[in-house]
Formats: sequence, structure tokens, C-alpha cells
Amino acid sequence: MSGVDFCGIWMRHPVINGSGTFDMIAAVEAFGDEIRQRFPFAAFVSKTITLEPRRGNPPPRLYETPAGMINSIGLPGPGVDGYLENDLPELAALGVPLITNVMGPSADEVGELFDRVDPRAEIAAVELNVSCPNVRTGLDIGSDPRELEELLGAVRGRLSKPLIVKLTPNVTDVADIARAAEGSGADAVSLVNTLRSWAPHPDRPGEPWLGAVRGGLSGPAIRPVALSQVEAVASATGLPVVGMGGISSAAHARQFLDAGATLVAVGTESFRDPLAAATIAAGLA
Amino acid sequence: MSEGLPADGRYGPAPPDRRSLVVAERREVGPYVVISVEGPDGPAAAPGQFYMLALAERWGGGTDERPFLPRAISVMDAPAGKLEFMLEDVGPGSGELCSAQPGEGLMVLGPLGRGFRPAPGRQPVVCAGGIGIAPMVMLARALGPGTPAALGFRDAPHAEAACLLPDAQVATDDGSAGHKGNAVELLASILDGVPEAEVYACGPPAMLGAVRKLCLERGAGSQLALESGMACGFGACYGCVVPMATGGYSRLCVDGPVLDGSLLDDDWQVAYG
Repeated sequence: MSGVDFCGIWMRHPVINGSGTFDMIAAVEAFGDEIRQRFPFAAFVSKTITLEPRRGNPPPRLYETPAGMINSIGLPGPGVDGYLENDLPELAALGVPLITNVMGPSADEVGELFDRVDPRAEIAAVELNVSCPNVRTGLDIGSDPRELEELLGAVRGRLSKPLIVKLTPNVTDVADIARAAEGSGADAVSLVNTLRSWAPHPDRPGEPWLGAVRGGLSGPAIRPVALSQVEAVASATGLPVVGMGGISSAAHARQFLDAGATLVAVGTESFRDPLAAATIAAGLA
Repeated sequence: MSEGLPADGRYGPAPPDRRSLVVAERREVGPYVVISVEGPDGPAAAPGQFYMLALAERWGGGTDERPFLPRAISVMDAPAGKLEFMLEDVGPGSGELCSAQPGEGLMVLGPLGRGFRPAPGRQPVVCAGGIGIAPMVMLARALGPGTPAALGFRDAPHAEAACLLPDAQVATDDGSAGHKGNAVELLASILDGVPEAEVYACGPPAMLGAVRKLCLERGAGSQLALESGMACGFGACYGCVVPMATGGYSRLCVDGPVLDGSLLDDDWQVAYG
């Protein structure tokens, strides 16, 4: 495969990372410069960046499931200031396009995040995490087409870079949400985010294991669901799609590309093997 | 003394490749299983570091259709050209690893994390409970002969593992071997005779909580090898956090698994559900 054009961004192959599944700075700590030299992804997606720093959820944060895992991490991060000052220069040295994932509970906050990231030349595109309740209405922005249209209508003009909307699978009809994104200025969509899940405490019947009660399911267990949603969105819109959900081999990646995805993202499989995405990309070539 | 330990708890970064090594030997030590694999590359493992392990085959499809994720297992010893891991069957992952037979493939990523560090000017003391003896085998050698050690086990069959640290004092919960009681009681009497101590400890959270409290009371340093479920082992998943006194969280995989007990939040055991 001789490279991919995604929203005008050239990528050397179609395999990127899912947001929040690869911490490049920690990986350099664990593996040294070799992980930079053998960087497995064609573009790097940041973890979700919020306006203020976040501590993340109380532990326990993980639960293993049949062919997958539930996480309840709670988007810990340095806030947009810390990200732009400390992380971005280090990420820019990777030499691949950078996609910054942002999230906010109101149009004001998302607009401010767009204002902050838009001037930074190191950032090729922005991915908007809409798996977040609207602070005013309490509704998940990404599970209601009108909420999403209202948000994008208010903020899209404040970002000159390509905008990817990361869709949640926890909806009645994901194609409806994707059409709303397309009609309000999204340049691409990525899906699926994790499936909302609950983990039983092994010793206390009826009680949750996870410190924040609910989490999100990922891994091979969700692959058929993800494929279904990717196919539905690719059929319903003309937008480029980043497909993800349980991809652990080139054959799985091919299934997503065949279902209409332009790029695929690897997440949970990178936890098991930090170079998994390189193996998958090589298998697609 | 502890000067034989690497200053920052490791000898260098690990290779990022997940390698398939061959199980060379399997032996039983009481109810525990020790497996060794040949041919690890990368830097030498330091005491307290860990590897992410999974069987190359037979991983998944067991009890509850698990395991799925690799398991973080500390290094017991690293003789030339080999790695040794001590295992206890406590769930679908450790159960599969315990069943590994010579000739079988073992997927290995590491060495990861930061192990035990030197504590110049302090007298090292070792304290371990149950399977927590595993990282102490290599640690005790680095600390040198004559290092006082306290070990606790639930009963005499488990206490057979004390043969791995021949000079250690031993306690069992039921009194069937050694002192009737626990390792922290033995540690308390050792500390009576050691004014400037650095306690190197590994064991279940309740034991480590008691070690930490005792060391704070006695003015001793404590380095606690903590354990957590981990998805990755290299800082990507943020799943293995413990609360710190500063108000933030530390990831055991990159900041630990060995942490300074005095830097933990008093409520750190919340990480264990």
C-alpha cells in the first residue's frame, strides 16, 4: 500500500492509534529511543485533552472480560496548557502527522480548546471526543443528533484544521449521529469508542468492581459491533471513516477497510504488544 | 548493603519487541511453580522489575473465556542467559502460566518498571509475604550475605518456599512452621536492633500496609513492591494507578512497581478494590 490521503493529510499506511491507548512519553521511558525509531503508527492521536488538568478516576480501573477488557480511566491528563507546552514538542519529533483529541462539556469549552490548538502548526487535525455529557442539559453530546449539531454549529468556525468527530457506539442509531456530524462541518468520523459496561465485584455480589462504577469495553469482544457500526456510517455518509474496535491482525484491519473505513485504529492490541500496529500495517501492504 | 542495586531501579530501557521464548524448566516449590525461560535479550533485569507474560498458545478460552491480557510477573532470578519466574495459581492467567511445560512458548515483554533502589547509609532489611518472596531472591543476593529477612506464609506447605532465602526468619499464620504469626511481627523485632533501616518489602496489600505503618513509626525507610492488574506494563493504559500523598496517582508500571512507602497516600489500598 503506497500511502493514504486522509482529509488532505498524507499517511504512509492506514494504521493509527486509538486515542488514549498509547502514551508516547511513557513508551520512551520504558523502551528508549527504539520505540521512536520503530514508531508503529502512521499518525499519532493524543489522549483526550481537556481545558483543565484531570486526575482521572479512582482505582480499580481495569477488568478483564472474555476476549477484551473494561477500562474506567477517566481521561487523566495535563490540561491543554500542559499538553501544548510539554507533550506536543516531544510528539512533533515523531515525524508523523499529529491528531489532537479534545473534549469539553460545553460549546464554550470546546470553542476555547479549538482556539488554543488551532494556531499550533505541529497539529495536523483535531479529533473531538463527544462521549461527554453536556454540562447544561446532562445529555451525552454524542448520543443526540441535535446536541451534536448545536455544538458543532457553535464551534466549527473556530477551527481551520480538519475535524474528526469520534462517535460513541452507545446510541440507538449511529448513522443518525454521523449524518448530523456531516451536516455540521465534520470532515471525518472515527468509531467506535468503547461500549458502556459494568464489572461485577468478585467478592461482593451486586457491587461494582470499578472505582467509577461504569467503564468501557474494548478488544476483540466488540469487533462485530464495531464492524456493523462502521459499515452503517460509511454507507450513510460521504465522510472518511476511521474504523476501530478489536483489531488485532491485518485480516481484521482489512475487514474494516472493506466495510468502508479509510483508516483503521489499533488500541487494546497495542497494550498486549506495543509493536502490534507495525505488524498489522506490514500485513496490509 | 544496597549499593549493588542500580540507582534508578533498572539497568536500561527494554526492547519494545514482544518475544516468544521457550520454557526450559518447570519445578514446584511447595504450592508455587517456578518456570525458567532461555534467551532473553535486552538489559539485565534488576530486582523488583517485571515482565508481561502470556503463553504463546493456550491463552484465552479458559475459565470465563479468559485470560485475554498478559500478566505482570516479577523476576525471581536472572541467571546467565535465563529468566526465572515464580507463580501461584490465583486466577485464569496465573493458572495458565503455572501449567506451562518445558518446550512451550512464552510471550515475554520486558524488563519493565523500576525495581528496588539503593539506600546509602541505611541497613537493608527484607520482608515478604507469600508469593512476595519471588523478587527477594535476586534482591537478597544484590544486598549481600547477612541481610536480615522476615518471611510470612499461610502454612507449612507454602513455607517450603522459604528455602529460596535460607537465612530468613519464617512465620506462618497457623503456626505449622516457624513463628506463629506474621512477617510484620518478625520485622518489628528485627527493627528493634537496626536503628537506620531500609525495609525492602513485597507481599499482599494488607501486609504492605502494615510494613509501611511500622516503618513510618520507627523512622525506617520502606520500598514496597506493589502489584496491580495491568493491561500493558509500559504506561499506555493508565490502569495500574495508586493514590500518592501529593494528591495525584502513580502508574505502577512506569513509576513502580517499587514505590517509596512514605510517598503513598494513607488511603492507597483503595487501588485493590
